[in-house]
Amino acid sequence: MTNVLINAPKTAKPGEIVEIKALILHPMETGFRPGTNGRIIPRDIIERFTATWNGTEIFRMEMSPAIAANPFVSFFAVATESGTISLRWTGDKGFLAEEQVAITVG
Amino acid sequence: MKIVIPSEARDPSCGLKGPSACGLRVTTMPVTTRRAFLAGAAIVSVLPLASARATPEAMAAAIKEVVGGATIREGRVKLDLPPLVENGNVVPLTVSVESPMTPADHVKAVHVFNEKNPQPHVFSARLGPYNGKAVIATRIKLADSQKIVAIAETSSGAFWSASADVIVTLAACIEDVT
Repeated sequence: MTNVLINAPKTAKPGEIVEIKALILHPMETGFRPGTNGRIIPRDIIERFTATWNGTEIFRMEMSPAIAANPFVSFFAVATESGTISLRWTGDKGFLAEEQVAITVG
Repeated sequence: MKIVIPSEARDPSCGLKGPSACGLRVTTMPVTTRRAFLAGAAIVSVLPLASARATPEAMAAAIKEVVGGATIREGRVKLDLPPLVENGNVVPLTVSVESPMTPADHVKAVHVFNEKNPQPHVFSARLGPYNGKAVIATRIKLADSQKIVAIAETSSGAFWSASADVIVTLAACIEDVT
């Protein structure tokens, strides 16, 4: 199971700018570090983070190994309509995590 | 549900012995006497650690790839970073761009670059008028004291930038030993 922590308001007024914070448990192995056997630990990072609001993309971020382990991202969005905010992380080794939070606007 | 694990906890060699010890198996040396240890330590300390670091030139090249031939102007972008970083593994970073964020005038993308990590690119984020304000916060790794550059691309095709110098006392463990 992937551990994801999302912090977004449950309700918002129409037109209000809300902050969405997301944290996911992931090692973000850079691919530049030698392991205990002296060999380079293969790269294993989250490459892409996308957020959609009722299916419309509101935020996208391409990450490189310079993002710290357990990537945290905070961004803002204008609350237009009630629905679900869906957050999706994809990365190396077929990594895929998806979480949804509901928000009521009105 | 508690999910925050400090990255140092995962790699005991990282964070305890400093950057130069990262990946070196100091503990496996068959050390019995103080003299032998000192001799071993001397060898370890003079081993040339060739590093595949990005350079200011590599950063300039990476920026050029994103920006193309457009000119980058200073201003409008605010890059918030602690000036003195104790742990390069987790460095909070906030990029905020002055913009009305309307369909006619908004920030399309924000890119962040560094000088001395193995790769110059840190992240690229795509934004639009639906974001309301162009503020992004995340946490990054820094391998050395260096300059960080944030570049914002507006819907009109203009590029604005800000840079910050950071001093890192404990670098992120990303040394390359090849």
